[in-house]
Amino acid sequence: MTGRKVLMDFEVTPTSHSLDDYRARGGYEALEKVLRTMKPREVTQEIVDSGLQGRGGAAFPAGRKWQGIDPDDGQPHYLIANADEGEPGTFKDRWVLEYTPHTLLESMLLSCYALGVRHCFVYIRGEYDLPWRRLDAAVEEAYAAGYFGENILGSDFSCDLFVFRGAGAYVCGEASSLLGSIEGTRAFPRNRPPRMTVRGLHQAPTVVNNVETLATIAWIIRNGASAFREVGTEKSPGTRLISISGHIARPGVYEVELGYSWARFLHEDCGGVLGGRPLKAVIPGGISSQVLTGKDAKVLTAGEVEGLTLDHEKLRSAGSSLGSGGMIVIAEGTCMVRLLQIMLRFYHHESCGQCTPCREGTGWMHRIIDRIVAGDGRPEDLERLNYIAGFNDGTTICGLGDAAGYAATAMLDNFREEFDYFIEHKRSKFAGNLE
Amino acid sequence: MKHLIPEFERLKTRLPPGHDATLLVPCLRRIQEDRGFIDNSDIDGLVEYLGIPRIQIEEALSFYGMLRRKPIGRWHLQVCRNVSCSMRGAERLIDQLIGKLGVQPGETTPDGRFTLSTVECLGSCGTAPVVMVNEAYHENLSAADLDALLERLD
Repeated sequence: MTGRKVLMDFEVTPTSHSLDDYRARGGYEALEKVLRTMKPREVTQEIVDSGLQGRGGAAFPAGRKWQGIDPDDGQPHYLIANADEGEPGTFKDRWVLEYTPHTLLESMLLSCYALGVRHCFVYIRGEYDLPWRRLDAAVEEAYAAGYFGENILGSDFSCDLFVFRGAGAYVCGEASSLLGSIEGTRAFPRNRPPRMTVRGLHQAPTVVNNVETLATIAWIIRNGASAFREVGTEKSPGTRLISISGHIARPGVYEVELGYSWARFLHEDCGGVLGGRPLKAVIPGGISSQVLTGKDAKVLTAGEVEGLTLDHEKLRSAGSSLGSGGMIVIAEGTCMVRLLQIMLRFYHHESCGQCTPCREGTGWMHRIIDRIVAGDGRPEDLERLNYIAGFNDGTTICGLGDAAGYAATAMLDNFREEFDYFIEHKRSKFAGNLE
Repeated sequence: MKHLIPEFERLKTRLPPGHDATLLVPCLRRIQEDRGFIDNSDIDGLVEYLGIPRIQIEEALSFYGMLRRKPIGRWHLQVCRNVSCSMRGAERLIDQLIGKLGVQPGETTPDGRFTLSTVECLGSCGTAPVVMVNEAYHENLSAADLDALLERLD
C-alpha cells in the first residue's frame, strides 16, 4: 500500500474527473479560502514552507522558483503547466489529467493568484487525446462555474487559461523550449541566465511547473504546509506519482510516499518481475536518469533499513534520480545492447538540432550502436561512445545531449561485457531479446 | 483555411492580447484536422491572418513531427517502438503490420487505406504495446487484437 496519499486520495470512477465529483471531495474550497483570507505572498510562503520539490525531473524547490517572481512589480507574469509528458517510461501526469483535471486547475488558480498571473497555459503533448479531452472539458466546466475569467468568485482576481496542444517534439518538455512553441516559433531551448522567472514567455517573468508539482498545490493550501511536511521524508516531503512499466507484473501509475521501501514497492505492490524472472536492472526515473543495476536493487532487498528508499536524496546518493517518475524494470535475459540502441535512436530522433555537439553527437552514437547491433562493431567503438558522451556533457543549451551520453556511459559501465561479447561474436549474448 | 477563422478568433479570447503568433501551432493543427495536411494555400492564409513571415510557418512545419505537408492514408497506424513498448512486443507488432499491409514504416498502402509509422514514446508504457490509430490509443495489444483491429478499419 505505498504509504500516505496526496493525489490518489479518492476512488476513480467513470465521473471522478467531473466538476461535481471534484467539488464533492472538497474541490475549489482552497481557492475560496485563499481569495477571502490570504495575500498572494502568503500563498507562496506556504509553498516554500511545504518544501515541495518539482516533480518533472530536476526536483528543484517549487517555492524557491516562485520567489523569483515579484507579484507586485506591475508587469505581466505567466504560469505554464508542463504537460508535455514525453520522457520514455513516464505516464504519470496523464493520470492527473484523465482522472482529476480539476485538481490541476484549482492548483493553477491558486498559483496564478500567488504569482500575479493574469494569463496561464497548460502545454499538453500533441499525442495525448483522452487526457486533452478530459482537461478541455474540465476547463469549460470551470469557466462556466466562474472559476476562470473576470473577477473570480466576486474577487478582484481575474485569470484566463489557454490549453496549448503540442505537435510532436520531445524537446518541448524542456521548460524553456516550450516557450518558443507558445510564441509561434521552433521550440529551441534557451540559455540561462536569464532565468525564466526573470525573462520567460514573451520576455516576461514566467514560472513553468510540472503537472504533478502544480496538482499538489491545492492539497498543500487546503491542509497546510506542516501537514504536507508530515508526509514523506524530512528532505523529500510528500509523495511521488511513479509510473512503472517494462518487465513488471502490475505496471501502472502508483502514488508512493517518499521514503517508501523500493524493494517492497517492486516486489509487493507491483507484483515483482514479470514471470518471476530475476531482476537485471531498473531505470528509476525516465531513460534520462541513470540506470541502476540489479546488484544495487539487491542491496535494497537485503534489508529495508539500510536499503534504498524512494526519495530524492537516497537516489541521488546512489548516483541516479527519481527523475520524471518513469520507472522501467528490466528482467534478466534482456539484451542491454539492443536496449541502448533504442535509447540512442530516440535521442538522435529528438535532438532539436540547435547545438552542434548534440545534433552531431547523438547521430554518431546512434550510428555506432546500429553498427554494433548489425554485427559490424569495431573494438574501438565502445571507447568512442564514451568519448562522444564525454564531450557532449555540459556543452549544450539543454540536457538532451547530456542524457544521451549518460545512457551510453551507464550501460557501458554496468554491462560492459555484453557489449564486448556483441562486438567479438557479432551477435547478442541474449539473442537480441527485449521481451 | 478561411472558413476556420471564426474558430481561431474564439481561441484568441483566452490569450494575452497582442500575442497572436501563439495561435500558429493551434491553427496548423486545426487546419490539418480539417484538410488532412497543410497546403501551400493554408500557409498563405496564415501569413495574412497571423501577420507573421512565411519562413516562420515553414520552420514550425519542419520542426513538429505531427504536422505534414502531404495527405496520408485514411487510417494512420503509429506504433510506439520505444523502450517499454519494445519490452512488451512492439517489434513483433511492427513486423506483423509490415507483413500484413505490405508496406514499410513511412509508407501508405496503394489503396490509400493505411499509413504505417513508427513513433517514439506515446506515454502509454504501462499499457504497452500501444498503437495509435488516428487520434485514439489502442493499448495492451496482442497479435490477435491487432488483427481484429485492422478488420474494423475499412
